[in-house]
Amino acid sequence: MDNSPAEPLSQTVDLLPRPFTDWFALKGWSPRAHQMELLSRASGGENILLIAPTGAGKTLAGFLPSLTDLTRRGKLPPGAAFTGVHTLYISPLKALAVDIERNLMKPVEEMRLPVSVENRTGDTPQSKRQRQKLNPPDILLTTPEQVALLIANKDAGRFFKDLKYVVLDELHSLVTSKRGHLLSLGLARLRRLAPDLTTIGLSATVADPMDLQRWLVPQNSGPEGAPAPPAGLVHVTGGAAPDIKILSSDKRIPWSGHVATYAIPEVYDEIRRHKTTLIFVNTRFQAELIFQELWTINEDNLPIALHHGSLDAGQRRKVEAAMSANRLRAVVATSTLDMGLDWGDVDLVVHVGAPKGASRLAQRIGRSNHRMDEPSKAILVPANRFEVMECQAALDANYLGAQDTPPVGEGALDVLAQHVLGMACAEPFDPLELFGEITSASPYAELSWEMFERIVDFVATGGYALRAYERYAKIRRTKEGRFRVSNPQIAQQYRMNLGTIVEAAELNVRLVKHNAKGTIGRGGMSLGKVEEYFLEQLVQGDTFLFSGKVLRFEGIRENECLVSNAFSLDPKIPAYAGGRFPLSTYLADQVRAMLADPARWHVLPDQVRDWLALQREKSMLPARDELLVETFPRGQRFFLIAYCFEGRLAHQTLGMLLTRRLERAGARPLGFVATDYSLAIWGLNDIGEMIARGRLSLADLFDEDMLGDDLEAWLDESFLLKRTFRNCAVISGLIERRHPGKEKTGRQVTVSTDLIYDVLRSHEPDHVLLEATRRDAASGLLDIGRLGAMLLRIKGHVVHRPLDRVSPLAVPVMLEIGREPVAGEAQDAVLAEAAEDLIAEAMG
Amino acid sequence: MMNQRLAVAAADITSLAAGAEILVNGVAGVCDPLGGLYLPDHGVLVVSDLHLEKGAAFARRGMMLPPYDTLATLNILSAVIARYDPKTVISLGDNFHDRRGSQLMPQPFRDTINGLARGRDWIWINGNHDPDGTFDLPGQCADELVYGGLVFRHEPSLVAGKGEVAGHLHPSATVGRRGKYVRRPCFATDGNRLVMPAFGVLTGGLDLKHKAMHGLFDRAALIAHLLGRDRIYSVRFDSLIG
Repeated sequence: MDNSPAEPLSQTVDLLPRPFTDWFALKGWSPRAHQMELLSRASGGENILLIAPTGAGKTLAGFLPSLTDLTRRGKLPPGAAFTGVHTLYISPLKALAVDIERNLMKPVEEMRLPVSVENRTGDTPQSKRQRQKLNPPDILLTTPEQVALLIANKDAGRFFKDLKYVVLDELHSLVTSKRGHLLSLGLARLRRLAPDLTTIGLSATVADPMDLQRWLVPQNSGPEGAPAPPAGLVHVTGGAAPDIKILSSDKRIPWSGHVATYAIPEVYDEIRRHKTTLIFVNTRFQAELIFQELWTINEDNLPIALHHGSLDAGQRRKVEAAMSANRLRAVVATSTLDMGLDWGDVDLVVHVGAPKGASRLAQRIGRSNHRMDEPSKAILVPANRFEVMECQAALDANYLGAQDTPPVGEGALDVLAQHVLGMACAEPFDPLELFGEITSASPYAELSWEMFERIVDFVATGGYALRAYERYAKIRRTKEGRFRVSNPQIAQQYRMNLGTIVEAAELNVRLVKHNAKGTIGRGGMSLGKVEEYFLEQLVQGDTFLFSGKVLRFEGIRENECLVSNAFSLDPKIPAYAGGRFPLSTYLADQVRAMLADPARWHVLPDQVRDWLALQREKSMLPARDELLVETFPRGQRFFLIAYCFEGRLAHQTLGMLLTRRLERAGARPLGFVATDYSLAIWGLNDIGEMIARGRLSLADLFDEDMLGDDLEAWLDESFLLKRTFRNCAVISGLIERRHPGKEKTGRQVTVSTDLIYDVLRSHEPDHVLLEATRRDAASGLLDIGRLGAMLLRIKGHVVHRPLDRVSPLAVPVMLEIGREPVAGEAQDAVLAEAAEDLIAEAMG
Repeated sequence: MMNQRLAVAAADITSLAAGAEILVNGVAGVCDPLGGLYLPDHGVLVVSDLHLEKGAAFARRGMMLPPYDTLATLNILSAVIARYDPKTVISLGDNFHDRRGSQLMPQPFRDTINGLARGRDWIWINGNHDPDGTFDLPGQCADELVYGGLVFRHEPSLVAGKGEVAGHLHPSATVGRRGKYVRRPCFATDGNRLVMPAFGVLTGGLDLKHKAMHGLFDRAALIAHLLGRDRIYSVRFDSLIG
């Protein structure tokens, strides 16, 4: 931190009170130009977005306006009138809020500033939260959920009346989700409680910052409701370019899969050669597997730890503490460690799996060498052959420079419903006033009054055309036309169920022992949580990986999954380890280009090059703008493979729609499986022959009109839509996660949202919650926008290659065919087969 | 996928579907894919666990579930009654989701039930959700009924299993082939006794392999009759997943 100040000393002195100039001098540092610029502009009341690479002193910059202002104010004398919180710092991660407190307290204590700093997260004890309400700290470090809780409180006005700054950390990652929508509504309320507050957004590099600049300001505050000017921008460029390599391995690179176990010895060597290595993976199961494999060969007993969101919080805190004390040589981590945590001496980041998206990769790589001026060092470990191409394409295109833009998206309606109830809990609201406030939040700027009324009606009585529940209404109009909650219990229920993160139903995993009689003992250590859907496929005795151990599934008792030590190194159930993040459009195009251009293959490993050459010989390689479709028989089935390169979500949607069409065409499809790169569909009839005989046209099959009626019809019976509906039902408050006195896990939700969905679908298909669900699904799980763009792109460019056997390029997706639940038509086929077996058994 | 029972009821299909013929304690019965049991020798239709007014019961506690479940369940009930035109209907308990349900039920639903009951005997067996019986509805209420060599009660009893037709447990079963699996509500019988699937549209299922089912059946003879789209799929207990 030694870059010289760009501005004259006098200005610095004006802006920085004495303790700060002394402190900088003592440290031998100068404040950086962007820190001073942000201080100067924010102190003048301008809303500001600071974009800076990791290590640029972003956090200190964000807090300087608060710290200097509070220093000028001085310590409050004992017995002073109640003073509300001065600065609210909001981070997407609990751990980050805790970490920032540590980092912020250091300068505060060294300068002896008269500033109190506290954090408030879901983990903060009730007594401390109560105390914070009576005696708020100057700076409160917290999460979006806590903000929602605080503004829904009756005392919110008093608590926030003195609020001057809201600092939003990792803004680029906050705004893209429903949490971001909830936070934007919270910010709109904070502005009403403290009209003069200034927002300071901190963000990693994004392609187009304007969305974020607009997000930070009220939308309708200009003259006559015109949009306010966007927040100012302080953009720090530079930082040394990262040093990224692709791991080269002598081992056979797998055809498919996501775990990259082939590369473990090389990764271990890198850990040995570096001080501290962070190993990032995309899913928890990858983390478990890599961790186990590393320990299998850890001859030097290096301290290697595991960190992911399902582990027990206590265990995670231990790992974090050991990490910041530099006691670890490596940590295998999921996205729980993605963001801004300061890890000190990490000198290498290993990224297992392909990049998928640039911003995430850049941020993860930024974890190493947390100083802006030295290059971060990273190694990419592709898990399969397609990923080798993806990694190479990313590096060739200098992809890290070409940042993705986070989509802010239209504000979700389920989040809005939650917020409306919260605002009624705070104080009776006037609908017109609240509508004005809500539409000042950028994701909700386009919300119509009609939709707002439907949401208010939904909150009150469920919003059904059949007005059956008026007498049970949760919020009611007062004589003055305001809406208030019907009884205090509603507010209590709201507080217990608030938030936008709907976790899959999870069960606690408890380690138990077999006692002498062979029965299972009670008690034992809690290892963390595992999703119910995973347990559903297990039977007693199955072994699987969790918490770095191979465990034997013993059964489910009440809300707990009981396991025992398997004393084995070989888990029987392969963990589902698919990438959670779809391939970005940009990277997909790069991979297609590379595939089509053999001149670029020389950089690829021999095995991958040979594989592509073999594909060219046995089948073909599509040109960059072509869609290759192969058909071939295998076993008792006929397969169709489409190489779309549009990411797993879009492929899944396409698979569903094509299956419907093939069904109508008489191909008797049985199932499909999607990867990031391709889609495989199989059926009982010879699809290749149907095409050859002109009974099936590929152009028709892939026509865009599938996004019309077929999509509508499919959406209505899709299990994906049911999953989305479940989330919407929980977030909107239709279904409670927890009920006072009854702590419910997802498992115990007393009524199945699938059944509710069916009933609602068949009796009120236009219900607002179904509309919310369809909107959500179209933009999220189904990736329909992307699918539409692809169908347009490949129109007239579909190439069919009939083969008599599986092609080299098809192997990866064929290997993915496995245990997936069936949907729709195929369900009864499975039932019929099971019943026929019984008949055969009886006849035999 | 769309709940097949809702779809069938909506399409108003009254033609006979492929039910499964069974014997319980020597009495002939037909398991219908809509979830009812018909006893042709006695002209009796048995349904169980209607859980009427479940949505309203939740709404009273602040969860505004769709108020259409009663209508949907009654539609399916109408369809199955139209199929068999039974002399007697036995509803095996948990007819309403809570004690207040039958009292507070809106008049149109009451009218529907009156219409369905016209010209037939109707027996409401009391369940654990609605132990006080029904309010202002046709038919009689009883804790249990002995009729035609069978005992009808809500909760299966461990001691007196033979000839018992009961509900309460909402049995469902899972079958799988080549790694694909499907879970459906089912009739469960070993020839001695029968546990009925839940009929209400907002009622979930409990797997036949769950410990609450232990000791009820002779597993060697136990068969799950799963509800399919337009037929019953009969699968031996040993062939189920779970």
